[in-house]
Amino acid sequence: TPDPLITEIQPWAQVFGDGVDATPYGLPIEYESDVIRRNVEWLTADTTSSINFTPIHALDGTITPQGCAFERHHSGAIELRKQDYRLMVNGLVDTPLVFTYDDLERFPRENHVYFCECAANTGMEWAGAQLNGAQFTHGMIHNMEYTGVSLRTILNEAGLGAAGDLADKWVYVEGADASSNGRSIPMEKALDDVLVAFKANGEALRKEHGYPVRLVVPGWEGNLWVKWLRRIEVMDGPVESREETSKYTDTLEDGTSRKWTWVMDAKSVITSPSPQAPITHGHGSLVITGLAWSGHGAITRVDVSKDGGVTWETARLAKPGEKMALTRFYLDTEWNGEEMLLQARAMDETGYVQPTKDQLREVRGENSIYHNNCIQTWHVMPNGEAENVEVS
Amino acid sequence: MSKFPKLIGGAALLASTAVLTTEALANGKLGLGREALPEEIAAWDVDIRPDGQGLPVGSGSVADGEMLFSDNCAACHGEFAEGVDNWPELAGGEGTLADEDPVKTVGSYWPYLSTAWDYVHRSMPYGSAQTLTDDEVYAIVAYILYSNFLVEDDFVLSNENFLDVEMPNADGFIIDDRAEAEYAQWRTEPCMSDCKDSVEITMRASVLNVTPEDEASADTGEAEVVQVAAAAEPAVDPALVEAGEKVFGKCKACHQVGEGAKNRSGPILNGILGADIASVDGFRYSKTLAEMDGVWTEEALAGFLADPRGYAKGTKMSFAGLKKEDDIAAVTAYLSTFE
Repeated sequence: TPDPLITEIQPWAQVFGDGVDATPYGLPIEYESDVIRRNVEWLTADTTSSINFTPIHALDGTITPQGCAFERHHSGAIELRKQDYRLMVNGLVDTPLVFTYDDLERFPRENHVYFCECAANTGMEWAGAQLNGAQFTHGMIHNMEYTGVSLRTILNEAGLGAAGDLADKWVYVEGADASSNGRSIPMEKALDDVLVAFKANGEALRKEHGYPVRLVVPGWEGNLWVKWLRRIEVMDGPVESREETSKYTDTLEDGTSRKWTWVMDAKSVITSPSPQAPITHGHGSLVITGLAWSGHGAITRVDVSKDGGVTWETARLAKPGEKMALTRFYLDTEWNGEEMLLQARAMDETGYVQPTKDQLREVRGENSIYHNNCIQTWHVMPNGEAENVEVS
Repeated sequence: MSKFPKLIGGAALLASTAVLTTEALANGKLGLGREALPEEIAAWDVDIRPDGQGLPVGSGSVADGEMLFSDNCAACHGEFAEGVDNWPELAGGEGTLADEDPVKTVGSYWPYLSTAWDYVHRSMPYGSAQTLTDDEVYAIVAYILYSNFLVEDDFVLSNENFLDVEMPNADGFIIDDRAEAEYAQWRTEPCMSDCKDSVEITMRASVLNVTPEDEASADTGEAEVVQVAAAAEPAVDPALVEAGEKVFGKCKACHQVGEGAKNRSGPILNGILGADIASVDGFRYSKTLAEMDGVWTEEALAGFLADPRGYAKGTKMSFAGLKKEDDIAAVTAYLSTFE
């Protein structure tokens, strides 16, 4: 039978749509209103010191729109005007300096795409399959194109002569919000690729991501990416702040804990099909897709298994992997209602292969909280629905 | 750098600026920013190191700390630092780090006492950061030590004896050893076929059923409630209500409003205007407020919000107060929209 959407004249083909300026700054069309950040209420005591999750199950490509990129605050997202913004560089520098926002825009700028992943991403899954959706299991991640000044340039402006031998020096970075969230970073990383960023995806940072200025620490855990950056201190040792002792340390099975676990290891997840993105189109061709990333460099290969890890086939990367940035992969395949146990397994340029949950537990036990980069399994059922499961 | 000769030629430039620029350029610098003043550095550079560097001169006793803790911290962390609801417990948990559910507290987990002092001083009380004096911080940290049985009840913590306190888990940390413990064995060519004999599902997320239902609809519901309430009160200026919602951000850490609001570290504030003082069911008020007569009129609320501890000495509300009258008017208007 002919499709009335084609044979009958539809209202949108007859009358006007919105004129320009109907929405001077646009939001997604109402039909996409479910593509939003979500939190898990029971995880935290309140929403000011809390986290929400990027709807990665509903996104494609690699760039995360700012409006749905996950948020993590320790004392709420503050409103800090550019006019009121000050950045201090002090400690073991030749001249302690204060910069205004305008000063920062006068330094030579760089552009880079990097992922930012919370160290606790997938942390609820250590003891077993718990949350039913890629958004909740893997959504503490976003990937943006940052514009900013290299931290190296800013440290050089203050002068590192006073620091002497830089090999054992550190920088301590802190934010302007009430948590101030200070972290210590070894000088080697500070002088390597760290950015003092003020734009993301071409526009100003959003309030919830540290407007007007945040730190970008490529490949390293999101907690180091200090928002509302207000101070950088060159030091001869780490501060051992609350965020690098009480939190963001990984307790092993024997009760000792790893500290300074900054790098995010290689990881991947299938975003569709997945529990929040079931197969609804019936049998025949199916696009399996997901994201892969590594804090050690570029993703070189992603394998996908449909049978829980017995056999694997290599997926197609949408583009060659970029260092410390999300890589999109696709497996263009066919599905005829058979049950699947979908898994993805990433490899990076150092030859690191994403481990299974059992491999991770064997080394770490179940109490690490942070840095869970295990292979994830979705059980796709004959009706196309999917569930978060663990397999033997 | 090509514009440098032009700068020198610029008649309006002061000689000293030109010299500074010359030096800066010689070092590959741009001459941006200005020198930080000592008092500015002192105001922001408050971090405390493990060896005690940065600690101000001062002291505080366990006894003083107990009072201060009760007033400023207990609403979230419990009277004995045992934690309320999902808020962090600060005491106990010794010997549990290798258990199935480790209890990580200042006593059982934190390797350095400097971290506790630094964090209390810099980031606490939650929602009212940097309102404690140095001596108060010493006292609160002393009380946290006491609640962990690490010091006696007559202990006085000071910058002088700070490093004498032994933290039980000081040796409980190793520097990231993933390169040796993990990378070496996981950097291998992965298996592609016949990788295991059989596969069985061993656990399902749906069994736990802890995944949030779609909140999108719930959010819409809340927004409607607010609109209805606002519409029923035409006397309230919507712009003022909106401004008040922003001000209320300062209160949200402890107080909830709207449908489904629950008592947190502060009582719910629905219908607060005109309500009897200290009348929210199930909330444990300070003695002062509990014994106060009268209702929350706009004037009473304004007095309380301007200086909570001045208005009700002994209140558990650790909030420092709203300095601006505009903010008080706005937040009052906002609160008036919640019946």
